[in-house]
Amino acid sequence: MRHLLSTRDLDLEAAVGILDVAEDMADVATREVKKLPTLRGKTVINLFFEDSTRTRTSFELAAKRLSADLINFSAKGSSVSKGEGLKDTAQTLAAMGADAVVIRHSASGAAQVLAESDWIDASILNAGDGTHEHPTQALLDAFTMRKRLHGNASRGRDLDGLRVTIVGDILHSRVARSNVWLLRTLGAIVTVVAPATLLPSGIDNWPVTIGYDLDAAVDDGPDVVMMLRIQAERMHAAYFPNTREYSREWGLDDDRLRRLRPDTMVMHPGPMVRGLEISAAAADSSRSTVLEQVANGVSIRMAVLYLLLASEGGAL
Amino acid sequence: MTARTLLQPADITRALTRISHEILESQGDDSIAGLVLLGIPTRGVALAKRIGALLDELAPGSAATGSLDVTMYRDDLAGQPTRAPSPTQIPAGGIDGKTVVLVDDVLYSGRTIRAALDALADHGRPRAVRLAVLVDRGHRELPIRADFVGKNLPTSAEEKIRVRLDEVDGAEYVEIIGGAK
Repeated sequence: MRHLLSTRDLDLEAAVGILDVAEDMADVATREVKKLPTLRGKTVINLFFEDSTRTRTSFELAAKRLSADLINFSAKGSSVSKGEGLKDTAQTLAAMGADAVVIRHSASGAAQVLAESDWIDASILNAGDGTHEHPTQALLDAFTMRKRLHGNASRGRDLDGLRVTIVGDILHSRVARSNVWLLRTLGAIVTVVAPATLLPSGIDNWPVTIGYDLDAAVDDGPDVVMMLRIQAERMHAAYFPNTREYSREWGLDDDRLRRLRPDTMVMHPGPMVRGLEISAAAADSSRSTVLEQVANGVSIRMAVLYLLLASEGGAL
Repeated sequence: MTARTLLQPADITRALTRISHEILESQGDDSIAGLVLLGIPTRGVALAKRIGALLDELAPGSAATGSLDVTMYRDDLAGQPTRAPSPTQIPAGGIDGKTVVLVDDVLYSGRTIRAALDALADHGRPRAVRLAVLVDRGHRELPIRADFVGKNLPTSAEEKIRVRLDEVDGAEYVEIIGGAK
């Protein structure tokens, strides 16, 4: 495999392999010289048609730690705003000799189109396509869970039997989709909790349990609670009456936080809207893994870039 | 393919004991405290631990041992299937100002050691770097030589040297495979 488009494509061995390589990449951050010469001479292009803080800077840092040259290309301020299509943009980047393209696009399947086209020969890394997938986010979430559970003895382990509850805007969430597939592969048991209006049609075919009551889910004592942001920019209809009601019914507030087990992880892929889906106390508590997720994101992206680019054939 | 055993377990132990004595002598008046043994995965790590234990018996104070993964520094990554890196463990005292002895099982082209020297530079600045290997089979492609050699084995490039150690493989021998005769 030369591309990373979806966590659905990863089997257990490949998934654990990526997490293990990321463990070694995490060690680099603790060294005197935080840089490896591994991808010297390779060019990575960040092709971002949608806004991003974490993912773009995380890929940038990961590529630079591996000595690759990185170019940031965002739709704003580029020829895309003059009407250039994906095909011409891709061919332009190919002509510049890109070895990998990290793409984020508002259209589901954009990364796959690029990977299957003959416009560009580079490895394609999906950094979020519409409401479809965001594989490196799911990988860093799994890495964070494994690290909290097993610490330095994480290598080689999966997430067998871990009970993960994903709460919020499942309908628009590529993070939720990527997590569901990856967590199932790793052996975790996933529950999704959301208002019925924010569950996609076809969710009956997902390997998850569906719940509509956050209080019941909290009292069920999950190992991980993952809160998702309400993606207002993708909402073109009224999915719930108002934000106060959403927050009361589906937000992780101080009371629900208190009722969770002391060792329950509270995760959030960011960006957080404090006071809406998660309270400030929950976001800042010791159970919250939000900043660990960001730090681990760099290690995961280093691992993926290494596995896709170091060897000519790719190893994912 | 014919396989011929070249070193038995007793030979391996004898070679490592001699290497330990030589390392100690080369330290001169310096104390063993300034010594760091870094094994190169996989079998170099096991060998470094054994030499560390032998040094413990020979001299007061213990030599620090660890491991140094060189995967990310190799110059042949593009040509072969991607290798999974192994953990690097630098002893708590670091390597600045210490004498580092790199330990590996077989010295061949010298490219692994070149990668190790690059990797080492990213972890600090040792006072000196030495190289100890169980087997030197010749055919160097770089200006690199070992300071401490368990056994020199002249080989042809068609032959393969296979090292097996109890800690890693559950068996202990060195054999030569293939080639003429």
